[in-house]
Amino acid sequence: MSTTNSNADNHAEEHHGAPSGIMRWLLTTNHKDIGSLYLLFSLLMFFIGGAMAMVIRAELFQPGLQIVEPDFFNQMTTVHGLIMVFGAVMPAFVGLANWMVPMMIGAPDMALPRMNNWSFWILPFAFLILLMSLFMEGGGPNFGWTFYAPLSTTYSNDSTALFVFSVHIMGISSIMGAINVIVTIFNLRAPGMTFMKMPLFVWTWLITAFLLIAVMPVLAGAVTMVLTDKYFATSFFDAAGGGDPVMFQHIFWFFGHPEVYIMILPAFGIISQIVPTFSRKKLFGYSSMVYATASIALLSFLVWAHHMFTTGMPLAGELFFMYCTMLISVPTGVKIFNWVATMWRGSLTFEVPMMFSIAFIVLFTIGGFSGLMLAITPADFQYHDTYFVVAHFHYVLVTGAIFSIMAGAYYWLPKWTGNMFDEKLAKTHFWLSLVSVNVLFFPMHFVGLAGMPRRIPDYALQFADFNAVISIGGFAFGLSQLLFVAVVYKCIKGGEKATAQVWEGAEGLEWEVPSPAPYHTFETPPTIK
Amino acid sequence: MKDELKTQQATNKLVKKLVVTVFLMFGFGFALIPLYDVFCDITGLNGKTSEVAAVQSSSIDKSRIISVEFIARTQGNLPWIFKPEVKKMNVHPGEMHQLNFIVKNNSVSNMVVQAVPSVSPGIAAAYFNKIECFCFNQQPLKHGMTADLGLQFYIDKDIPAEYSTVTLAYTLFDISENIEQDEFMKLFAANKN
Amino acid sequence: MATKQVSWLIPAAVLSGNTSAEEMRLNMTQGVTDISASVYNLHMIIFYICCVIGIVVFGIMFWSIIHHRKSKGAKPANFHESTKVEILWTAIPFVILIAMAFPATKTLIEMEDTTDADLTVQVTGSQWKWHYRYFEHDLDYYSLLATPQSEIHNKIAKSANYLLEVDRPLVIPTGQKVRFLITSDDVIHSWWVPEFAIKKDANPGFINEAWTRVNEPGIYRGQCAELCGKDHGFMPIVVIAKEPAEFNKWMAEQTEIAKNAKAEEQKLLSMNMSMEELMTLGEKVYNANCAACHQQNGQGIPGVFPGLKDSAIALGDVKEHINIVVNGKAGTAMQAFGKQLALKDLAAIVTYERNAWGNNTGDVVQAAAINEFLVDK
Repeated sequence: MSTTNSNADNHAEEHHGAPSGIMRWLLTTNHKDIGSLYLLFSLLMFFIGGAMAMVIRAELFQPGLQIVEPDFFNQMTTVHGLIMVFGAVMPAFVGLANWMVPMMIGAPDMALPRMNNWSFWILPFAFLILLMSLFMEGGGPNFGWTFYAPLSTTYSNDSTALFVFSVHIMGISSIMGAINVIVTIFNLRAPGMTFMKMPLFVWTWLITAFLLIAVMPVLAGAVTMVLTDKYFATSFFDAAGGGDPVMFQHIFWFFGHPEVYIMILPAFGIISQIVPTFSRKKLFGYSSMVYATASIALLSFLVWAHHMFTTGMPLAGELFFMYCTMLISVPTGVKIFNWVATMWRGSLTFEVPMMFSIAFIVLFTIGGFSGLMLAITPADFQYHDTYFVVAHFHYVLVTGAIFSIMAGAYYWLPKWTGNMFDEKLAKTHFWLSLVSVNVLFFPMHFVGLAGMPRRIPDYALQFADFNAVISIGGFAFGLSQLLFVAVVYKCIKGGEKATAQVWEGAEGLEWEVPSPAPYHTFETPPTIK
Repeated sequence: MKDELKTQQATNKLVKKLVVTVFLMFGFGFALIPLYDVFCDITGLNGKTSEVAAVQSSSIDKSRIISVEFIARTQGNLPWIFKPEVKKMNVHPGEMHQLNFIVKNNSVSNMVVQAVPSVSPGIAAAYFNKIECFCFNQQPLKHGMTADLGLQFYIDKDIPAEYSTVTLAYTLFDISENIEQDEFMKLFAANKN
Repeated sequence: MATKQVSWLIPAAVLSGNTSAEEMRLNMTQGVTDISASVYNLHMIIFYICCVIGIVVFGIMFWSIIHHRKSKGAKPANFHESTKVEILWTAIPFVILIAMAFPATKTLIEMEDTTDADLTVQVTGSQWKWHYRYFEHDLDYYSLLATPQSEIHNKIAKSANYLLEVDRPLVIPTGQKVRFLITSDDVIHSWWVPEFAIKKDANPGFINEAWTRVNEPGIYRGQCAELCGKDHGFMPIVVIAKEPAEFNKWMAEQTEIAKNAKAEEQKLLSMNMSMEELMTLGEKVYNANCAACHQQNGQGIPGVFPGLKDSAIALGDVKEHINIVVNGKAGTAMQAFGKQLALKDLAAIVTYERNAWGNNTGDVVQAAAINEFLVDK
């Protein structure tokens, strides 16, 4: 990234000369720098959250309590969830958006560069607070990442205030990031880049950003209510004062379900960039992809209570939410079919990004299938809060969101660093991840169906064999990810020089600038064909 | 230059709109609470009954019999005795009924409690009309004392045929700590118990 | 049957070396009620639908992966949209979903119909035990985990029903419609018995209904399904279904025992137990009821549950100590054990806490002293 543009010195933020060392990163307002910061931060969080998963899997390796006490176990499941959702997956997508969205629409930078700097730099503090709460007397948050009241209010420990504070900061960061993305896409598109010409990654992120604006404030409201219920004697969720604990779940899932799509829509965007490239064929059904994304986003506001079928809803409510949830599988199906149709009669090659994308399509669909099964309310009474659900959302989030992030990282890494990555090492990373992730999550379907509840530190003997297998898969998957770090490190250090286009079939503005992408791109807007 | 200015203005306008949206959505999170209550009233979600007294019913439907069950519980650690005079009543829709719940404060201190009603099946809550109920008010009781708390109710004639059994559960919550000291005193002064 | 259907999905190596007492299950149980059987059928239908869709879609994709590779000289085609095809693959899933919605709706309506029950049981969850009260009878009791701590901490071999056994199971008659009124004393719990296909949340302050009609006598085991704090994994549910005649006999016996126990308690008031007796009983009852929070060594969990060793309560005024054990402490996880345990047990606990772990107060607390705090006798 040493290549600087000749007119860089004229740029407002560099009037006093570019700062060097740590100050460069602290004060940077460059979208590429901030994108890199987000991505590295999310990688770090991925390993911290992963380490907690290793603690969980180690404890569950055998029946009985061996390594940790139940209360600490609960803290691990809670913080693992929070870190992976808010620290690993979401910042990774924001990082990719920072790097790629301006380059894809021919903008010189994000629309609000200073806010961009802020939205990143408050994030480390949020997670520092969350992680430090684990070392308080009484421990960190132990009520699950869903923090159901009254477990998180009347019955929670003293670190709850820190948890609330840290979630507030995460929320503010996400909201600022989302505002930035929306404004950039609305106002900084190069002349001729109409909405229906935008790459799908940009489209999915635009819709995601609107979802973020709509629901992150609701989450902020929910944690605020938990805070006042616990410390300031309000009774939003306390039956004694006229409140209702089920009410909390309604508010939480009103945020929580769109949140699920916040974590998967950008993934759809990434896959929609990669599959056409390595099929050497245009994306099939571009406009239906856009409409499908938008309808998934809209439907996501009408299905929240499918997380709450067992809370005792009236029949009419159960039926409404069951039908709406089943409906979501239609636009999701359209996306899968479009990707397959894109590959159909293409000219396929299987570089690492494509391998991750194909794995994504297959494994995400398995997660989608179990999602459809979960939508069937009577059957959900059996699946709910078991390992079947754990298997479902890990298929969607690990082999879905995380695999798409890996695919995106491998896809754009040569553009970022100017070097090709070590393909052999990357392929090893792929195959090890693919095998271990299935050893890890597939048997969870079986233990769930057989009746193992989630969030328990110890289990009955009939679940023992599968849990041992799952743990082994977990350790293998965790270790495999170290290879990813090795690939990225080697790629930054050097390697075969990448061309501007990098991949033979790649099309789009980002492939027209040299590799590595110069510090400033598109200061004069490109012309769109 | 002109273009840049225009972009800047558009940016400012859009940012303002988005920030307003964020605050509106934050407010919406809180608005969900009253909205939820309205929603519950309409749908009978969670079996919350109305918190205000109903008017008396005008006529009785003698052709149907509904069995009404009463459950009385104390929440968590509350060392009170709380039970209905009768566990079960067979009533005609529209017919007025009266019964007492017996409470005794077994703790060593004066306490104020709030009874929270819950009806199952939830939809039936909308047809459970209370003319008078101890759950409308906070109930103070000195330690060691016993009291009878009255409930006067009828089941609405319009209750759908599939509801032949309706369960009314009261849970007593200790709210002594949530009330201001002078309010607490006033409650006891007004109440001879 | 079902086991065979899916077992090809996992390597055979996984299946060997199975040490559990119960046969390892891979699929949802068919259960012992009509409802649970229809839930199982719904589960299998939707599973097969997913399998068929998966095979078709991935079949096409892998065909393409094998035959349309660049290395085989495949040239990319030019098409990138087709309204006809796109409408078709929006419509087909839609039709499948509508077909699926019918049986699901039918089962759901049956499940929610709680009217005309023959027997009603109030189920109350609390941290971390279940309480059952037979609405029509004079019987109620707590049901606690029976697996000893030594098994959980790997000091002795684990028994066959490890973590799925309780001291007093719920007993219900077969062939009759049993209605459950489910609620909670503290946080949200969830009462789940897979064989009945019942999973219903226990919400504090609200009641939920569920029902079952069990076809076969037997012992059915379940667990709490909603995270409810530290010992969420340690509050199992055991239900015994008996023939109606046997159930009635059992009920008569139990109500008799409950009545006698109350009379027995009155006799106890004038009786004095020795320190040794109280300590032995106290240790047992303490470990079953108190050790989950205050720990077996009486040191609690700092910042979460207070310790009793050298504590102000265990070493201070006896009356205060008894009061807190009997009536609990408002706003904390400390429950009112006066409702849950016999006089003798309460006396033993207080004596034990005042003399164990080096708390050598020498105080001996008798049942009569406890009784003063139980004014409802």
